[in-house]
Amino acid sequence: MSPSKSRFAVGLRQWMAVLPYIALGLIGTAVFVLYPMIKNVLISFQNFSIMPNATNAWVGFDNYAKVFEDPNGKFWIALRNTFLNVVATVPVNWFLAILFAVLINAKFVKYKIVFRTIYYLPIVTSWIIIALLFKYLFADGDGGFVNYILHQKLGLLPKAISWRSNYWSAMVMIWLFHIWKTVGWGVVIYLAALQGVPKDLYEAADIDGANAGQRFWRITIPLLKPISVFVLINLVNGAFGFFPQVYFITKGGPMDQTQVIPSLIYTQAFEHLKFGPAAAMGFMMGIMVFLLTYSQMAKIGKQRMF
Amino acid sequence: MQTSLLGKTAVYAVILVGALLFLFPFVYMILTTFFLGTNTLPKPNEVFHVTPNFANYETVWNKNHFTTYFMNSVIVTSVAMVGSLFLGALTAYGFSRFPFPGKEFVFRIFLLTMMIPGVINIIPQFVTIKGLGLVNTYWGLWLVYIAGGVVGNMFFLRGFFESIPKELEESVLIDGGGSWRIFWNIYLPQSLPAMGTLAIFIFQGTWEEYFLALTLIKSEALRTLPIAILMFNDKYATNYGQIFAASMIALLPVILIYMAFQKKFVQSGFNEGGVKG
Repeated sequence: MSPSKSRFAVGLRQWMAVLPYIALGLIGTAVFVLYPMIKNVLISFQNFSIMPNATNAWVGFDNYAKVFEDPNGKFWIALRNTFLNVVATVPVNWFLAILFAVLINAKFVKYKIVFRTIYYLPIVTSWIIIALLFKYLFADGDGGFVNYILHQKLGLLPKAISWRSNYWSAMVMIWLFHIWKTVGWGVVIYLAALQGVPKDLYEAADIDGANAGQRFWRITIPLLKPISVFVLINLVNGAFGFFPQVYFITKGGPMDQTQVIPSLIYTQAFEHLKFGPAAAMGFMMGIMVFLLTYSQMAKIGKQRMF
Repeated sequence: MQTSLLGKTAVYAVILVGALLFLFPFVYMILTTFFLGTNTLPKPNEVFHVTPNFANYETVWNKNHFTTYFMNSVIVTSVAMVGSLFLGALTAYGFSRFPFPGKEFVFRIFLLTMMIPGVINIIPQFVTIKGLGLVNTYWGLWLVYIAGGVVGNMFFLRGFFESIPKELEESVLIDGGGSWRIFWNIYLPQSLPAMGTLAIFIFQGTWEEYFLALTLIKSEALRTLPIAILMFNDKYATNYGQIFAASMIALLPVILIYMAFQKKFVQSGFNEGGVKG
């Protein structure tokens, strides 16, 4: 037997041994994840319809042209909003997460588990229900709780705001919704990470007369750097992937002004039945997300993400 | 480390304000479920002066086939959860314990699928399910939930499986057992905390899944709870008491499960194999 043939035989035997365990997973992923990804690319070059017996003619780059030449510039608006979402939410989300985690972790704080549970509560609740709740809290007029507090009680607003009817107020509402819903995740991750920070470093700093601020910036932040990279990557990806945040709060309104690409894809496909242009946007977004994630992964080297 | 009284007060003040901000919307929601008016937005003053009662909960539970939708969600979620856990564990076991040619390549493909946002796949997944004739069936939903989640679940469990000491397998091998027995008698029991955590994640994710269910399920009788709640909201837009009573009923299972198991929670992501208290 030649060496190459025996290596083939060994490989075959290894595959036969592992196949009973991974066959279902491989087939499932191929049929319901990989094939749809390829199919999406194909649809983006077709005049696609879900009607039975539709011809689904090939149209080249027509769908892409339609996306870019849309007179209302919906795609560009969605793209701009995506970057705004990242810039507006990631720093706040990150800072609140590390601040709350460090304070809850202070030695003298009692009932740490209670605090952790409360902070994590928004994470385990459903996007839909919290969106209903936020729309209710941010209701128009002085009957809405937020208007009631900001306008009637504190006088911070000159008049009650119709939050979801104006571009900027709708964006602010979406950001607050996202931050409120997700800060707990970062808090819990940092709380776990802080368990691994050696206490004697702080004692040494105490002897040197460092104050709380110096301890935070000179010891805690540098020691948590690897975790911060992980947290920030996840926060950026989370902000980049806004979907329920927008769809359940404004549905992209007013006039598609607050759309992001996922919500635009979904409404174009399933409400306006424009499957081809939706698939084209999906393919472009897939490439963007892939490049973004890939560059982040290259930056942090071989550190395992999962 | 001594902290001054002033410092302690400041720390407590910040984390208490934080806790208040996270808790208050829930409190306001619960108070609203006691509000009985049906035609106007409840004013904050009215909300703060309600008398606790369960009238809205009773009405909602007995109205608009709510119990049917609740049970539909229970069926969809429990089958998807058991199926996902089993398939995820099986696949993770295969990948963590067996060497085989092309493993690296399969891994790269898997990672790639993890990076692509799920919304992109909804259109072609719908087309695929339609091609299989499974639109408007729970089989369609289960196939996409289970097969669509297997890669993520595999990555989550693989880390825990790899931290299980190889020596444990020897006892099974000495008794003449094979790979299957090792999976069943060693890997599954040894990774119960991780499996439990994953079970909760899957439960939560499936229980509140909206977009795929909306796309695949057409008939009213088969609708799941999230769809029912949004439709209920569209139909009775000003009946806030009932809308939030329905929402509370939908939230309760997830919150109770989380509260009950949160001490046993495993942190996913960075400290693989670590069980955090």
